[in-house]
Amino acid sequence: MNGLIYQVQDLTKTYNGKPILRVDRIDVRWGEIFALVGPSGAGKSTLLRLLNFLELPTGGRIHFHDVEFGADRPMALKLRRRVTMVSQRPVLLNRSVWDNVAYGLRLRGQRDAASQIDAALAQVGLTALARQRARTLSGGEAQRVALARAMVLEPDVLLLDEPTANLDPYNVGLIEETVRQLNRERGTTLVLVTHNVFQARRLAHRVALMLEGRVVEVADVQTFFDAPRDPRTAAFVRGEMVY
Amino acid sequence: MEIVTLSLRVSGTALLFSTVIGIPLGVGLGLSRFLGRRLVIALLYTGMGFPPVVVGLFVYLMLSRSGPLGGLHSPLIPALFTPAAMVVAQCIIAFPLVAGFTMAAVMGVDPQLRQQVLSLGATRRQAALTVLMEARVGVVVSIIAGFGSIISEVGAVMMVGGNIEHRTRVLTTAIVLETRKGTFDLAIALSVVLLALSFLTNVLMLRLQGRTFDE
Repeated sequence: MNGLIYQVQDLTKTYNGKPILRVDRIDVRWGEIFALVGPSGAGKSTLLRLLNFLELPTGGRIHFHDVEFGADRPMALKLRRRVTMVSQRPVLLNRSVWDNVAYGLRLRGQRDAASQIDAALAQVGLTALARQRARTLSGGEAQRVALARAMVLEPDVLLLDEPTANLDPYNVGLIEETVRQLNRERGTTLVLVTHNVFQARRLAHRVALMLEGRVVEVADVQTFFDAPRDPRTAAFVRGEMVY
Repeated sequence: MEIVTLSLRVSGTALLFSTVIGIPLGVGLGLSRFLGRRLVIALLYTGMGFPPVVVGLFVYLMLSRSGPLGGLHSPLIPALFTPAAMVVAQCIIAFPLVAGFTMAAVMGVDPQLRQQVLSLGATRRQAALTVLMEARVGVVVSIIAGFGSIISEVGAVMMVGGNIEHRTRVLTTAIVLETRKGTFDLAIALSVVLLALSFLTNVLMLRLQGRTFDE
């Protein structure tokens, strides 16, 4: 083990002949919170889907747990299940909150995990709503269910795609605290996609800026915000438009 | 009573086969993208509007002794004027309806749901089953539509069944016969039985489907 959970090399993704992503190299370390920032359309979510092994890249490779994933090498289910994603807009099953959190465990054949499910619901403050139908929840509550259903699986990596976009400050605070706790107490590696530089600064250990499908700069959070090498990073953290 | 039993047996068997074929086909068409998908969907939609008498004629020609299937004299191919031939005709009428409505129901489920359940570790098969469960209201409607189209159908069963007493006479063909004979009281009684059967079947389907309609 070399301390890296992901090693991304020469990764490309093309949709209908249009190049969307071209990442020369990104490494993600075990147990860190790694933020991907950048404007809309920079390829952040595409990279996240590839890190989740949900689609195959056009070229290049990702090493995960030292196993290679590439255009002609899909990831084995057992390893794919070590990674889970929470999306910006959670879509919950038309069942109870409790059943939604139990879903991923049932997929894995675990049917006697009531205490884990209760603990995950307690962690996101939704114990009282466990029996409520998930479709009746507010946006913030739904996102907390989505976080609980991912956390309960105890993944090695949790991918977060704009998890707090459009949420009120209370829910943002609660989700950020849960994420921090998860990283601190369980050592879960987190890859966070956000266009909110303040959130990246609050949560991440290291940050990468993406523009037009390419990685512009990767640095520890202090360097990224206080002494960036690339002028485009400096402009982005100042809140200016960058292209 | 014999007529009622045969009606239920023929339409029930046809519905079972139509469901077994139609639901996986509908899910497949709803979730996958492949070359020629639009053509398959166009054919399916055409199938949903097939006039039963045309289906009856097609099955008749296929199964007749000089037809391409009837001429094979295989024990697997049903003979004309048997309940099995009626089941074949009704399957052809019902399965496009089951598949078409199932496809529409599956396509109505938020496409993000499939992505998200895959990201929670579902296999493609588990994800498809989850989407199907989410579309269950529409799937039940597809089965009801399929059943409705065959329990009330007269043209195809008349052509391939022949309305033979004690062998292939079902409710609809019996109603036609009794009306032609002028025994309207019997025709009306059979019609009431047919309506009651249809109503009870739909109530049963809704109960099986669960609470979702009330939400």
